Amino acid sequence: MRAELLVHAAGPGVTIQDAGRFGYGRFGVTPAGPMDLAAFTTATGAVGAAAAIEVSVGGLTLESVDVPLAIAIAGGGFDIRLDGKSLPPACLLALSPGATLTIRAGGWGAWCYLAFGGRFDLPPTLGSLATHARSGLGPAPLAAGDRLTLVDPAPSPEAACALQASWLASDAAAIRVMPGPQDDYFSPEAIARFLDSGWRLGARSDRMAYALEGAAIAHARGHDIVSDGAAMGAIQIPGSGAPFVLMADRQPTGGYPKIATVIGADFGRLAQKRPGETIHFRATTYEAAVSARRALFAALAQGPKKTPLMGDMSTEALLAGNLVGGVISATDEPTR
Amino acid sequence: MEQDPPRFRDQGETALSVEFGDTVDPAIHARVLALDAALQIDPPAGLRETTPTYRALFVRYEPLEIDRTALVEEISARVADAALTAGGGRRRWTIPCCYDPAYAEDIVEAAQALGLAVDALARGHAGADYRAYMYGFAPGWCYLGGLPDALALPRRLTPRGATPPGAILIGGGLSLVGANPMPTGWYVVGRTPEKLFELRRQPHFLITPGDAIRFEPLDAASFAAFESRAAQGETLARCEPL
Repeated sequence: MRAELLVHAAGPGVTIQDAGRFGYGRFGVTPAGPMDLAAFTTATGAVGAAAAIEVSVGGLTLESVDVPLAIAIAGGGFDIRLDGKSLPPACLLALSPGATLTIRAGGWGAWCYLAFGGRFDLPPTLGSLATHARSGLGPAPLAAGDRLTLVDPAPSPEAACALQASWLASDAAAIRVMPGPQDDYFSPEAIARFLDSGWRLGARSDRMAYALEGAAIAHARGHDIVSDGAAMGAIQIPGSGAPFVLMADRQPTGGYPKIATVIGADFGRLAQKRPGETIHFRATTYEAAVSARRALFAALAQGPKKTPLMGDMSTEALLAGNLVGGVISATDEPTR
Repeated sequence: MEQDPPRFRDQGETALSVEFGDTVDPAIHARVLALDAALQIDPPAGLRETTPTYRALFVRYEPLEIDRTALVEEISARVADAALTAGGGRRRWTIPCCYDPAYAEDIVEAAQALGLAVDALARGHAGADYRAYMYGFAPGWCYLGGLPDALALPRRLTPRGATPPGAILIGGGLSLVGANPMPTGWYVVGRTPEKLFELRRQPHFLITPGDAIRFEPLDAASFAAFESRAAQGETLARCEPL
């Protein structure tokens, strides 16, 4: 069985992503994949999907053409509406044929994932559906008028529910980094200044890199290195001294010294920042990074807490139920 | 010969850069490739992917499956073994390359910047033996060492527009083959009708890091015919063992 989705509007940077195109780094291929892995895993996990639509602050409006579809949404604090009625920023529900789902930038956050029961009828490129727009690998970014086909659409969920989890909450804590791999290209003073400064996320930030604005970081021994492999979250300092963080669509190699690397458990939190927001970094150790990774992956394996959404899904009712704004921790009791 | 052990640099908790040196050097690169081959043949649990670069092997791993200390031990053991096998199994590609300004979009500009005649640039580029060091920048973009010093040219300050398919470029003292169109700061000094990256072909990528490369001049009158042969699936570049 097949089901069709019709895209009514898609802002720039709305793409299909799966976990990523791994295994071809040696041929210059970037993995791409989700900017916020925890939110992506929450949405895809709720409906058993391998891929999702990654919605940027540009927003997305679509409808299911023929059949009710199970959908799951998770990400930053986006404004989600079904035929104009507010939904929580993370939820699992049925999308009825003809109903219009709108996802727009909300109170906070830069990326939101929309996953469907079933799988996209799209051919994988090098084993993956992840869109890497810069190199043209994977499906093209979504645009108004696009039709997406789902194969084996899953039945809609029995009851609509809000998805609540600590990792989906807005969190202003410092982003943890491990020093290196080229921290020896910087003086201890320059490293201290990098860690002690507040950095403004620049307007030219995208899936490839997040540009950081602030006092320039000076190099102790030049700003060119012989290129080496670059991890997601590596923070490069080019000749200008203005750092940039390598994000999901980064180049697979880099020729600037990397002062530090964002740990995996905090990468999604950084990704959810918007241009203009201030970011602080904090140094951590390998052991602490692995411990944070273990805790996050264990929590993701347990999944979010599901709270039934009763008939009235208006903003007022949701606010009363404390379901909007992503301020709930995974351990809170439902208040409805 | 006693060789220095590599240096392990962390890139967060999920990647290590295993560094064999600081420079672009065939001997350092051979050690990188030997370790890469050893890890491909016998990968430790938790290893996700390795990417060879000029002077280091980039190793991505899952720290919830293998601890950094254990991974460093596994890699160090293979470095010791790999020293014995380094350097075997190389091959050379001879790739057709058109240096006519009709295809080599920037060759006139590059020749002027180098103070050379266009013919001299083309002869110099086609007369050299290259080593494929690494892919980077974009899919199918492969960096080559071995460019004659007389052709060493700094990269542009601002990038040029998208390259043509099969661009052969110079910049920063190196040469580069750029399979698919991308904007770049390098100079397009030649173009090959060969498909260096083709999703409909196995292997998808013709060149492997460590391969030797030569360019064989192709005149502009023949380019279109070669291009249509390549479009029909023919491999134009010749490969021979070294």
